[in-house]
Amino acid sequence: MRRVVITGLGLVSPLGSGYETGWKRLTSGENAAKRIDNFDVSDLSCQVACQVPRATAADGSFNPNDWMEHKEQRKVDDFIIYAMGAATQALQDAGWKPTSYEDQTRTGVLIGSGIGGLQGIEKTSLLFNDKGPRRVSPFFIPGRLINLASGYVSIEHGLKGPNHSVVTACSTGAHAIGDASRLVAFGDADVMLAGGTESPVCRLSLAGFAACRALSTNFNDAPQKASRPYDRDRDGFVMGEGAGVVVVEELEHAKARGAKIYAEIIGYGLSGDAFHITAPAEDGDGAFRCMTAAVKRAGIDAADIDYINPTGLSTPMGDEIELGAVERLFGNAAGKVSMSSTKSATGHLLGAAGAVEAIFSVLAIRDNIAPPTLNLDNPSVATAIDLVPHKARRRTIDTVLSNSFGFGGTNASLVMRRYAA
Amino acid sequence: MSDISERVKKIVVEHLGVEADKVSDNASFIDDLGADSLDTVELVMAFEEEFGCEIPDDAAETILTVGDAIKFLEKNSA
Repeated sequence: MRRVVITGLGLVSPLGSGYETGWKRLTSGENAAKRIDNFDVSDLSCQVACQVPRATAADGSFNPNDWMEHKEQRKVDDFIIYAMGAATQALQDAGWKPTSYEDQTRTGVLIGSGIGGLQGIEKTSLLFNDKGPRRVSPFFIPGRLINLASGYVSIEHGLKGPNHSVVTACSTGAHAIGDASRLVAFGDADVMLAGGTESPVCRLSLAGFAACRALSTNFNDAPQKASRPYDRDRDGFVMGEGAGVVVVEELEHAKARGAKIYAEIIGYGLSGDAFHITAPAEDGDGAFRCMTAAVKRAGIDAADIDYINPTGLSTPMGDEIELGAVERLFGNAAGKVSMSSTKSATGHLLGAAGAVEAIFSVLAIRDNIAPPTLNLDNPSVATAIDLVPHKARRRTIDTVLSNSFGFGGTNASLVMRRYAA
Repeated sequence: MSDISERVKKIVVEHLGVEADKVSDNASFIDDLGADSLDTVELVMAFEEEFGCEIPDDAAETILTVGDAIKFLEKNSA
């Protein structure tokens, strides 16, 4: 099987635009949660979110005009604009700009989303109700479809290889990178842009996730305390938005063009809970089998893993179930691994989360830094695992595991390792 | 320039993201102003909204230039 490496990173997150900005803010302990003030939340039980900062591009905030023509922005939901930003950043970072027909046909796109254009569906539905079918825009459908993130990116950059998408709730971004690595390993493409994108912060989705009892509701007056994975006072996740896209490339292709190599993707595991539509299986068996599959594929021992970026939503049940599964996987080696939920700083980017966290995991390898779990004042259970409370930790990190477990009992795990010839 | 002409041109500039001086009466939406078939559908909807009229599909098919739109709306808008 062909070896697959990561050669470019692109990130649009609540911590800012660009992976260096996001990583710097993450490792210095910044927290993106704020009270929502751009639409009415007075009647919603959750009034907090992590939103992408928008202003000028200078201070690390996201300027849509840098990534997509203004007239095109009008036609699409934000998840497509975020994907365009992250994808273009990733290509630039990788120094890959296919112009020949051959290079274009060997480069594909696999960007997923958990929900797609919910903002536009909400808005158009209200317009439809108010003014009737003749006011529904011809861009309503193409501007909301999940695979149109991949579509727009391919059109913008002339990428004519596999054009694909993933929809697996909170596991989307990890599945996208894992599936893309398989496409490259199998030879369907030499380069894939892979990741996830999401723009769910609107009244309809806040109401919907709140109805599932998934969101934090106790911290509307103290937003920065709302996302608190593993802490005893956690009461649900904080919604985030943004996109993470990586360049997944066949090793020899990367070497031949002198590309910088961030990490090798050595393991990818998938599983299903077959248990409940929103709750994770209580025995954590789905999570355990998913991680085990990824570790086995990687051909390593769990004890070789230095850092884990978990699902770690900050939900009452999920955090401990995942922690239990990790303890089961590591056994006596649990005391050697660091595991931090970066959702404590970024909120939960749903379909983008797995990709954003894969990027953080890769940067953890680059810099030998485990980012912190913020707000972890009182862990709800005792564990030998280092949960990196409050402050980032310098430590040797050569091998990482990134977990994403989602609604529907869909699980994905990625194992990445510092590249060595 | 008539009021209708000004309003039409403003909509075209906004929707197609083109410079105002390119939006002459003779300009074709598709050939000169970079519109695709979906853009023209949306333009017609924007004209309907702005002028409070209905533009039937068979009439919409004959509106190919800025001038066509102005002429139609001068005749048919409320």
